[in-house]
Amino acid sequence: MSTSSTSLPAVRFSNVSKHFGDVKAVDNVSTDILDGEFFSMLGPSGSGKTTCLRLIAGFEMPTSGSIQLHGQEVSGLPPYERDVNTVFQDYALFPHMSVGENIAYGLMIKNAPKAEREKRADDMLEMVRLPGFAKRRPSQLSGGQRQRVALARALINRPRVLLLDEPLGALDLKLRQQMQIELKAIQKQVGITFIFVTHDQEEALTMSDRIAVFNHGRIEQIGSPAEIYEHPQTAFVAGFVGVSNLITGEAASAITGSPATFSIRPEKIHLCEAGAAVSDGECFADGCIREVVYLGVNTRYAVALNGGGDLTVVQQNLESTSMDVLGAQGRSVRLVWRREHNRVISSQ
Amino acid sequence: MATTSSTRPGLLRRLSTFLFLHPTLSLILLLAPPLLWLGVIYLGSLFALLVQSFFRLDDFSGKIVRDFSLTNYLQLTSRANIDIIARTAGMATAVTLACGLIAFPLAYYIARYAAPRAKGFLYLAVLLPLWSSYLVRVYSWKLILAKEGIISWVVEKLGLTPALDAILQTPIIGGPSLSFSMLGMFFVFVYIWLPYMILPIQAALERIPKSLIEAAGDLGARPGETFRTVILPLAFPGVVAGSIFTFSLTLGDYIIPSIIGNSSFLIGAVVLAHQGTSGNVPLAAAFTVVPMIIMGVYLSIAKRLGAFDAL
Repeated sequence: MSTSSTSLPAVRFSNVSKHFGDVKAVDNVSTDILDGEFFSMLGPSGSGKTTCLRLIAGFEMPTSGSIQLHGQEVSGLPPYERDVNTVFQDYALFPHMSVGENIAYGLMIKNAPKAEREKRADDMLEMVRLPGFAKRRPSQLSGGQRQRVALARALINRPRVLLLDEPLGALDLKLRQQMQIELKAIQKQVGITFIFVTHDQEEALTMSDRIAVFNHGRIEQIGSPAEIYEHPQTAFVAGFVGVSNLITGEAASAITGSPATFSIRPEKIHLCEAGAAVSDGECFADGCIREVVYLGVNTRYAVALNGGGDLTVVQQNLESTSMDVLGAQGRSVRLVWRREHNRVISSQ
Repeated sequence: MATTSSTRPGLLRRLSTFLFLHPTLSLILLLAPPLLWLGVIYLGSLFALLVQSFFRLDDFSGKIVRDFSLTNYLQLTSRANIDIIARTAGMATAVTLACGLIAFPLAYYIARYAAPRAKGFLYLAVLLPLWSSYLVRVYSWKLILAKEGIISWVVEKLGLTPALDAILQTPIIGGPSLSFSMLGMFFVFVYIWLPYMILPIQAALERIPKSLIEAAGDLGARPGETFRTVILPLAFPGVVAGSIFTFSLTLGDYIIPSIIGNSSFLIGAVVLAHQGTSGNVPLAAAFTVVPMIIMGVYLSIAKRLGAFDAL
């Protein structure tokens, strides 16, 4: 990669594989994670993203291949010899220690004086906006507060890379969205590399500088959120990141004149009256509304195409009411969208 | 809708509904038998014991005088009785320490490393001895430890008989043979009570999430530091629970000392002798109060050390 030639990558995977018995959890992954970027590993459960994170932390050793942190080979190093820290999915706070002791644990291990430990733990609590919580027990905290304490504890050693293993998974939607913004702000503030594992595509799109989409132990695609969303290179990425319509074979021929598989995002399609005019540079397909799901902000329609196949269409409820949209079931419609929104998928 | 069963519900059904609507009554019905058992039979007998310990035996007539007196407790402070109490407490401490040292690594292996099959096998190995009679196992140890037993035989084959003899000649722990010595008694105690130490420690270790151990390593702790700062504090309640078993069971046991021991008594055997042979029930009762006091002191120390904080 051209950008990585100037400074060493924070993490470099070279042909890394990790097998558990017959299962190839990570299958020949090579990639660079740049210094200071917010990098997300996105994929369904069992796709190898968490194993990759554990390989970087040192909880697992690769079956083959090499892992470098800032140019230093770490494949054989135990976790306590690596300059990375982890925020665990279940937070992993020590139940027999106070919040302050939890946060200062890394400093205690380094034999820092008590006054310095307490001072820095208080600073960290300030940063995660929990001032005055040092004396409490982890069991007295809410999920969101534990999450912040886990973050403070992982950051107190001032690691160069912070690993986050689905840290927001257990929080409710509102709190999760708030924490997404805070995490991003904290990453900007401390300026270190964040490697964030998630199965939530929206979370990855919101926070990341770059996203790696994992499937079956391999990386399907790496790119910025916009690239991943707008130019999915494989059918898997198109389907996993956001909702996509995949059109293949005859149905594709009927629309584009070519049987090549393509994807089209539901929000790019206009729902028009049957027989509506179509201008240059636009695709269309005629069909019949099979199902209507009213979602508040918008409405999702499943349209059965006359040429075969189904298309999902999402329309904003700009002027329509629930009564209008729910009455649309069974109506004949024409779907129109701009040709450039079609993404031809190279292989299945 | 209206069927016969819903208009005229059966007796059982009406009873269930009645109890469902009166939860306090259900609770009283459920708790009455165990509370009666605990209150009357269990605590009652302890109370009777306590009262007995303040009676005294009339030396002349051999009858029990039912007056309040501290005679028995004064007798406990005699040199010989203090020796017995100290010897028993020392044995219980040594047995507890040895059980802890042996049990912890095994419990750790069972809890954290053993594959399911190995775990099942190890559970069985730990529990299997408890299925056979305690007496039979003590008597088999008598044979193992005897002068003609397998231990002496192995020691002789290894040419270490002089070393064994030297150990047996050590005052206090020695004796004519391993089967008549405090050392032999110690071995048998450790063997007999070991499962009671392994199981609570293993249960405590099993409850420690793996992520806590990983988190400690992640934050820079080497395995020894992780053990000291995370694993041991979290397993401590299990260690204390196990030590309560081994300590109190050793304090009160009278069978092992009478089968394996030499002439030096432990509390349990003394109680048996006073109560059975000499008929001095009040003194026997006073002796039984001693282990209870020792356990009370032990538990309050454990509490001060924070053993029950994580419960």
